[in-house]
Amino acid sequence: MSFRRFLAILRARNREFWRDRAALAWNFLFPIMIITGFAVAFSGDGPDLYKVGIVEAEASQKLNFEEIKYVQFIPVTELSAAITKVERHQLDMLIAPSRHQFWINDTSPAGYVLERLLKGSDQGFQRESVTGAGIRYVDWLISGILAMNLMFSALFGVGFVIVRYRKNGMLKRLKATPVTAFEFIAAQVVSRLWLLLSVSVLVFVCTDLVLDFRMYGRYLDLLIVFVLGAICLISLGLLIAARLASEELAGGLLNAISWPMMFLSGVWFSLEGINPWLLKLAQLLPLTHVINGARAIMIDGAGLMDILPNLMALVVMTVIFLAIGAYTFRWE
Amino acid sequence: MISFLQADNLTRHYQGVKAVDGINFSIEQGHCFGLLGPNGAGKTTTVEMLEGINEPTSGSIFYQGKPLGHRFKDEAGIMFQTTALQDYITVHETLEMFQQMYPRTTPLSDLIESCSLAEFLDRDTRKLSGGQRQRLLLAVALVNDPEVIFLDEPTTGLDPQARRNFWELLQRIKKRGKTIVLTTHYMEEAYVLCDDIIIMDHGHIIAQGTPKALLEEHFRDVVLQLPKADFPANCVQFQGQENGDVMEILSHDVNKTIHQLIELNVSLVGLRIRQRTLEDLFLALTGLELRV
Repeated sequence: MSFRRFLAILRARNREFWRDRAALAWNFLFPIMIITGFAVAFSGDGPDLYKVGIVEAEASQKLNFEEIKYVQFIPVTELSAAITKVERHQLDMLIAPSRHQFWINDTSPAGYVLERLLKGSDQGFQRESVTGAGIRYVDWLISGILAMNLMFSALFGVGFVIVRYRKNGMLKRLKATPVTAFEFIAAQVVSRLWLLLSVSVLVFVCTDLVLDFRMYGRYLDLLIVFVLGAICLISLGLLIAARLASEELAGGLLNAISWPMMFLSGVWFSLEGINPWLLKLAQLLPLTHVINGARAIMIDGAGLMDILPNLMALVVMTVIFLAIGAYTFRWE
Repeated sequence: MISFLQADNLTRHYQGVKAVDGINFSIEQGHCFGLLGPNGAGKTTTVEMLEGINEPTSGSIFYQGKPLGHRFKDEAGIMFQTTALQDYITVHETLEMFQQMYPRTTPLSDLIESCSLAEFLDRDTRKLSGGQRQRLLLAVALVNDPEVIFLDEPTTGLDPQARRNFWELLQRIKKRGKTIVLTTHYMEEAYVLCDDIIIMDHGHIIAQGTPKALLEEHFRDVVLQLPKADFPANCVQFQGQENGDVMEILSHDVNKTIHQLIELNVSLVGLRIRQRTLEDLFLALTGLELRV
């Protein structure tokens, strides 16, 4: 590995990106526009649908309350985690049927309505109240949007660009020099990583100034999640671009990967209550682990040890993607 | 004696098609070596194998007596038929980038001067004219002060002035003792620049030698050209052919042929006499059939 050659390619790639004004503006403005748009769209009282958690292991028989329409009943397994969600207004009510207890947030209007409905349909439940400021949709959304931007920029910014280089003969020209495949790939990864982190930090800071996000965890932990996530997604982009020479095919493949990831990884909505098979499938997607990790840090105040499974999943996926990508990489 | 660059029984197959079929040749140090041939003859495949870009199906290539390796990559300069450069960077930055990839380099100032790049050094590479771009690509090929330079159809698409300017550049490089491997469709270019040539067709070498020796070997006649309008329609005693508005007569004895023309009352006002060229040889060996 020659550091000089690596730096030569890195510098050229960075120059190319920073001087492409249209791409640069799009990379910075798109996530800001999305977050601002959603903040405005969901700044009201939110959707009418109520969310009620039912402690699953304790559910002995179905409650009359569960017959009520326009209420989403979500099975939960961990009582303490579910109570935290009531505190943060992520659940409007939590019911433990076998213990005849329910929890609502005293500051939640939805909780007040649901308590009335529960008392009208099922008797003998003991009221437990919690307090806590609500988590707005935009607080919940920010980590998803940042991760989604990371994904698109990593996949298309690396995968698509390498396929373009291969198609127009740039890679062939580099193959004729002493530059090795490893030096070239390393330069692409570092160039895109640096860019992604710059964009993510800038977007986070800019939108935070306007929207004042909840952030209960450590910023350094959040940065580590995004670094690992960015490397993993860049590696996935490299894997897809390892052999392709058609921009059309590369575009199709990148879309075929990124769009399901966007919907199954919980960017826009919580995965609680979805089909268990889809939930398992979501665990195979790197974006899921980036979002879960980032959201746990921002909303739940989790530390790195709490999200260790997410971090490990990202590391393992990165190693697999890089190994296959490096093995199958072709200059032409 | 060890050849500077040698190809032994070089073969390349693509999905059952023999693009190059067991060719042998050697290139002397300091020579300009030309590969000529119609489209699909196997020139680019051959030159890409010599460059180390394309692996031969069988056969060997030796650079100064040894198989191609790291040393060859450091000492070879390559200008492909079509090459993209990094977008959004200037000519100067492009040269700097490639310079940093090699252990031995030509000073940038020398490259800029020898390839006449000074007037557009700070221009984005996407905004260069055809001639400027070719000069930059040549400079990139020379950035490592190479011992051998591969040029694959370097003047295709250039106007006559730019082409002649490019030839002068190559002559200067040759004078510095560098070895040049050139593929071209322009026979005049090969004649002016090359010390040795091979003519390829269907993956085989069909002629090999110096341009002068090849012409002497294949032709002992000259060509007399007359406007077709001045030439009698029913005249059959001359060996010749039509070439546009011109009738070309092949002659082993110019005096005798002119005498015959005078006897036939043919006007000699538009008469021109030319030597046989590499293009004549090329067409004689590869035929007039259109290749794709």
